[in-house]
Amino acid sequence: MKIEMKKTPFSFVGKSVRRVDALDKAAGISKYGSDLSFPNMLYACAFRSLKPRIKIKNLSDEKAKKIRGYVGLITCKDIRGKNRWPLVMEDYPFLPERESRFAGETIALVLAKDRKAAKKAASMLKLEHEELPFVDDPLKSMEKGSVKIFGRNNVFSKYVIKKGEALKSLERCKYKIKGEFETNYQVHSYLETQVATAVPASDGSMTIYSSTQCPFYVLDAVCAVTGLSNHRVKVIQTVTGGGFGGKEDMPALVAAHAAICAQKTGKPVRLSYERKEDFMSMSKRHPSYSSVMYGADESGRIRACVIKYVLDSGAYSTLSPIVLWRGSVHAAGPYDIENVLIETYAVATNKVPCGAFRGFGQPQICFAQESLIDDLADKIGMDPVEFRLKNIIRKGSRTVTGQKIDESCGLSEIVNIVRKKSAWDRFGVKREGEKIIALGFANTYYGVGLGAKGRFLDRAGAYINIYKDGSVSVNVGNTEMGQGALTVLTQICAETLNCPLENVHIHEVDTSKVPDSGPTVASRTTIMSGNAIMEAARPLRERIFKTAMEILGSDKVSASGGFFFVGKKRISFAQVVKECWARRLKMSEQGWYTAPKTSFSEKNGKGDSYVVYSYSANAALVEIDIKTFEMKIRKVFAAYDVGKLINPRLALAQAHGGILQGAGWALFENLVYKDGIMLNPGFADYALATSADMPEYAVSFVEKEYTDGPYNAKGIGELPLIAVAPAVRNAVKNALGLRLNKIPMLPENVWSMSKNKKCFCREN
Amino acid sequence: MKKYLLKCQVNGKNIEREIRPDKTLLEFIREDLGLTGTKEGCGEGECGACLDLLDGRAVNSCLMMAAQAHGKKIITIEGLRDEKNPLIDSFAKEAAVQCGFCIPGFIIKAEELLSENPEATDDEIKESLAGNLCRCTGYKNIIKAVGKVRKKCLK
Ligand code: FES
Ligand code: FES
Repeated sequence: MKIEMKKTPFSFVGKSVRRVDALDKAAGISKYGSDLSFPNMLYACAFRSLKPRIKIKNLSDEKAKKIRGYVGLITCKDIRGKNRWPLVMEDYPFLPERESRFAGETIALVLAKDRKAAKKAASMLKLEHEELPFVDDPLKSMEKGSVKIFGRNNVFSKYVIKKGEALKSLERCKYKIKGEFETNYQVHSYLETQVATAVPASDGSMTIYSSTQCPFYVLDAVCAVTGLSNHRVKVIQTVTGGGFGGKEDMPALVAAHAAICAQKTGKPVRLSYERKEDFMSMSKRHPSYSSVMYGADESGRIRACVIKYVLDSGAYSTLSPIVLWRGSVHAAGPYDIENVLIETYAVATNKVPCGAFRGFGQPQICFAQESLIDDLADKIGMDPVEFRLKNIIRKGSRTVTGQKIDESCGLSEIVNIVRKKSAWDRFGVKREGEKIIALGFANTYYGVGLGAKGRFLDRAGAYINIYKDGSVSVNVGNTEMGQGALTVLTQICAETLNCPLENVHIHEVDTSKVPDSGPTVASRTTIMSGNAIMEAARPLRERIFKTAMEILGSDKVSASGGFFFVGKKRISFAQVVKECWARRLKMSEQGWYTAPKTSFSEKNGKGDSYVVYSYSANAALVEIDIKTFEMKIRKVFAAYDVGKLINPRLALAQAHGGILQGAGWALFENLVYKDGIMLNPGFADYALATSADMPEYAVSFVEKEYTDGPYNAKGIGELPLIAVAPAVRNAVKNALGLRLNKIPMLPENVWSMSKNKKCFCREN
Repeated sequence: MKKYLLKCQVNGKNIEREIRPDKTLLEFIREDLGLTGTKEGCGEGECGACLDLLDGRAVNSCLMMAAQAHGKKIITIEGLRDEKNPLIDSFAKEAAVQCGFCIPGFIIKAEELLSENPEATDDEIKESLAGNLCRCTGYKNIIKAVGKVRKKCLK
């Protein structure tokens, strides 16, 4: 018998149900990494290099030994496994042996009976070292004569995407434009800093409690460093206080350090970072440099695009090669362009290694290309929104890698929604006393999931176990980090099984209970774990529905909200489950989902890069004070196509948070480096948006169904951040006539530009 | 180090503990009392995750020495939970919670505000919460959740 999955109406999917974890978090009940305690636990503190590049000679703990509670020093010599972190390229040692490559790098660990003593002891170590020449500028690092810190040319990775004849075609274009752009770091600033606890068992096996997006990355690292096999290490994700990409790869390093200590001492070891250390040593959004050229013909069709894009990757490659890849594939923007040449580089410098951050290499280049698209429209004399509508990707278009967009593309619709809601066509530029107010526009797209570069990791598992009382226990391999995954996955599970929402409990990820499901990144969790849950639920659903039909004595059973009906007769999910058990039916199943095929040619950049794309359109309403040049975002109009919304309220919440993160990056988050040293590692001097900076949010959704998505969903997490900065920049341009091509757009930059150039406000 | 005898009231209970004088109030609350709802986000007075009420005032417990609480009344998020403070439910209901790490601090601050000014306007709420950092929510739902607990909104 085949059970048809009902299409609509749904009982739980598409409903704004309450977050399953909200109450415990609000009431302070949830246990984050630092809230757990273990008997006899020791505390580790990292001893860090404070110089950009040094030769390590000797490390002495003579003085530290006098500290009460001091236990010992852990160095690379204590590593029993391999001293290479298994990431993309394996160039990062867990603890450096001879050379440390950035200020902030952990050189050794100090153990003590309490956190304070560990910190004190670490401050008393004596390091003998020799300073080595270093390079802190990626453009210089790429030059021939530069100090060599990686391979032959300091380039971690490079991509070329070629389509048509970009340079030739550009020559022929009636309208040509070129722009150079720069963006600075962004610090994740998750409110919970990095923390891991390693708890060894007497048989040498180990349990790791980690605040992480990617428990399986932690597993790989801990097994590598300890030499233990996968089944002797168990990684349990603790409630995670924010990630945004900053807890993709980095927690593996933190946990590996704790694991070395635990293996050596046989005691539980906690390693938690202070905010300053977190700033100094954990990954960031890459600073970028780009040069972009677009050419358009007479009619306003974009004919060619040429891009060079450089990411300042820091001292080790970590995730840079894949961050760069995502940036490369999306570099030309969501436009249908025949002739494209994109050349991209991830370059080594002696600074903090950069990695994943919401948007993953896209926001930087999106800032550049969406700014230049506006400038080109101005040059042609077309309205920037009209110009976009003429050129954007639609169903049937091909991306720069030649991928045909064959379904689920709502870009033109969302552009029109934002145009209408923001009153774009009527707004113009307004003056209110000392303030000038204008709108700016930008749109973008986002390939959901890991795409061709990560295709071997693009699978996920789920395990569902239905108990006799009708409660349902679920294990998945993707994590909740604040984005709402637990709730959305609970809805998908309840919908598919037709069981009450409150019967479902999804456990924290435990690597011993679910197969490696890849990382929780790339806005992939709804699709991947959602589909894995549906795979697991499908056979259970058949058994449950069949049993319900037999109990009710009819094959015309309808099901909704956890009940099964025939006419007026109804039975509950729990009653049916009880009967299933009485019949000795199998009430547990495993699901496994692998992403559809993707491809990418390293030679010419051709291929079907991603399984599907999500889309965003944004208009920022910005006010600029013409005396102080302070900029304030009054309102952001945004519309997204992220497929079916499993939980509209939570999707909206993702939009709010993403928009404000994008706004902060655009306007004031400013990490400063001088001579390889980070000057402002902390919240005191690194400004984050507060409630006082909050703009009004006007968010809409268009739900273009994606056939392979669970209940036709795509993914949302990263999208809302990506095109905020160029929308703000374009608003400032529309207001003042100044083209700010550097992020953050600080008032002093506007001021100095306005001095040199005639601009709107000075004419008035 | 000579120990110090700290006497105070925490969430309505009288407490007497010998502590090291270099302990911060945050360490005392989290480590000595095991009340882990109070969080450490920065340790330098910049984020508000560590807020607790000290004689009704919201204080950054990471910046205070535990000894400064001597003879005073401390209320933590656990205390608000025990008395079923409506802010907690409102935050959950209004989708104001994402990773949750900042939330107890926001609730403490909002409790201070509403007990002084039970009819605070949205702007007053925004202003009062501007010392608390949240990286996830974009603040809108937080402001809304607090607004729903204003006197005129509770029937
Ligand atoms: S931890 Fe106290 S203000 Fe941040
Ligand atoms: S909910 Fe994550 S920091 Fe506020």
